[in-house]
Amino acid sequence: MIEARGLSKKYQDTLVVEDVSLQIPKGGLTSIIGPNGAGKSTLLSMISRLTPMSVGTVEIDGFDVTRTSGPELARRLSILRQHNESSLRLTVRDLVAFGRFPHSGGRLTTEDQKHIDEAIQYLELEEYQQRHLDELSGGQRQRAYVAMVMCQDTEYVLLDEPLNNIDMRHAVGMMQLLRRAADEKGKTVVVVLHDINFASCYSDHIIAMRRGQLAYQGMPEQIIRNEVLTDLYDIPTSVHELNGQRICTYFR
Amino acid sequence: MNTTSTRLSTTSWLVGLALLVFALAIVSLNVGASRMNLLHLFTQPDDRITQLLFVSRWPRTLALVLAGASLAVAGLLLQMMARNRLVDPSMMGTADAAALGVLFCAIAAPGMALWLKFGVAALCAAGGTLLFLAVLERIPLRSALIVPLVGLVLAGVIHAGSSLLAYQFELAQALRSWNSGDFSAILRGRYELLWVAAGITVLAMLLADRFTVIGMGKDFATNVGVNYRWLIALGVLLVSMVVASVVVIAGALPFIGLIVPNLIRRITGDHLRHAIPLVALGGAVLMLVADLLARVLIHPYEIPSANILAISGCLVFLVILIRGRKQWA
Repeated sequence: MIEARGLSKKYQDTLVVEDVSLQIPKGGLTSIIGPNGAGKSTLLSMISRLTPMSVGTVEIDGFDVTRTSGPELARRLSILRQHNESSLRLTVRDLVAFGRFPHSGGRLTTEDQKHIDEAIQYLELEEYQQRHLDELSGGQRQRAYVAMVMCQDTEYVLLDEPLNNIDMRHAVGMMQLLRRAADEKGKTVVVVLHDINFASCYSDHIIAMRRGQLAYQGMPEQIIRNEVLTDLYDIPTSVHELNGQRICTYFR
Repeated sequence: MNTTSTRLSTTSWLVGLALLVFALAIVSLNVGASRMNLLHLFTQPDDRITQLLFVSRWPRTLALVLAGASLAVAGLLLQMMARNRLVDPSMMGTADAAALGVLFCAIAAPGMALWLKFGVAALCAAGGTLLFLAVLERIPLRSALIVPLVGLVLAGVIHAGSSLLAYQFELAQALRSWNSGDFSAILRGRYELLWVAAGITVLAMLLADRFTVIGMGKDFATNVGVNYRWLIALGVLLVSMVVASVVVIAGALPFIGLIVPNLIRRITGDHLRHAIPLVALGGAVLMLVADLLARVLIHPYEIPSANILAISGCLVFLVILIRGRKQWA
């Protein structure tokens, strides 16, 4: 379980995240939604110790993220940020292999090689594995980074807008993959999503943020409702039930 | 392209460059003010030749190889830490700060022991490097070209400060010699400090994975459990010790740390595990060639090899800038 208590982040005079307390249960897929500037990414990076919090604590299965050793935490939790424009020329396989770093510190065992092959297969990157990252399309590169995080094989997998830069087919593929990671491998997946309908169709649990605060949380049926979404995004929405999925339209 | 062919090409480059280093070293041993031919060692050995070889020629050639290899690898490490391919320890303050350190020693205690001088120079170099990295962190818009520019400005400030100080103490000429490296004064007993730099190069090879992770950025490093701050501190220390040892022994040598990694990455990519061995050999080749030219161009006199490096380095740097626009941006 991920447990945040009284989390706040202040940059100079602006409160980006304000007194957020929440619990993310073990297993399943949790989406974090909300308008721009709601503090979703900041929340995710505080949970994953990439950004130090101004106030509050985060515990992952009882381990305080600010006190647990780097490698120890890296074997329990992985995080993929939104922007990964590294300028390094690495091959896809070398990048994915870094997912094993917390486990074997760079000396890859046959066990590690198995994990690497598996992650590459999982993300359908076999034919690109010897290509350099700068020779890939944005979507392929995004998948390579996700493969690395999968290869890290942690109980908790946190992703900040993994659907950025990728087309419909790959977006669906990515969400199905994350769903499978939760269902088949029992991982706890937490994603920041912009597309409300992906959140609706794939999540077990939705956390909605607005202006740095926790606005709503609950199951998709409780969040994907007109009164909640209209209030959250401040535009009229209309939620329809289509083939058993709750779809929100807001385009005109 | 598959794994085996990539590995094959890296291996053949490795073998090729190693042979080239060996060949250039043999030539380097044979070239100098006084006539000597290595073959005479076997055909007509006499004391004069063995003296010359083991007191002067062999130390010089060895010093060239050690300095070239370690400076090139130091440049590569710095590029990972600054996350920019256009920086070099001789360009952004490290070497100038090391020279300032040597200047301090010359002012405070002229006859100071070599290793003490090295210690002071390394500390100053570390200060200069940290200053550079700290300034970089505070620059919000980090375009690829801003980074080396910031470095050049910092280096200029340090350089101006030391010049001012050197004039006060009538050490301007000495400062000039620390700022422009040459190997003409290398003798047995006057180069052994460079083994420290060689040791650091080996250490860098062992830490290759970690420094590659550092090159991927702080978040990436934190995610895989690498202590970013600690490794940056270690990297600063390693780069500073390499640069300081070279400045104390030969004087600053520009561009090796910039050109060699930039050429080698075209072959190996940026994973340091693949790049470091080739970069080290490439650095040795460049240094040997520069020193050979320095010795033969106006034979029997010598040009400081730093000048040769500066001229050829500028040209290659320009080519990299113009042709590689896509890659460093």
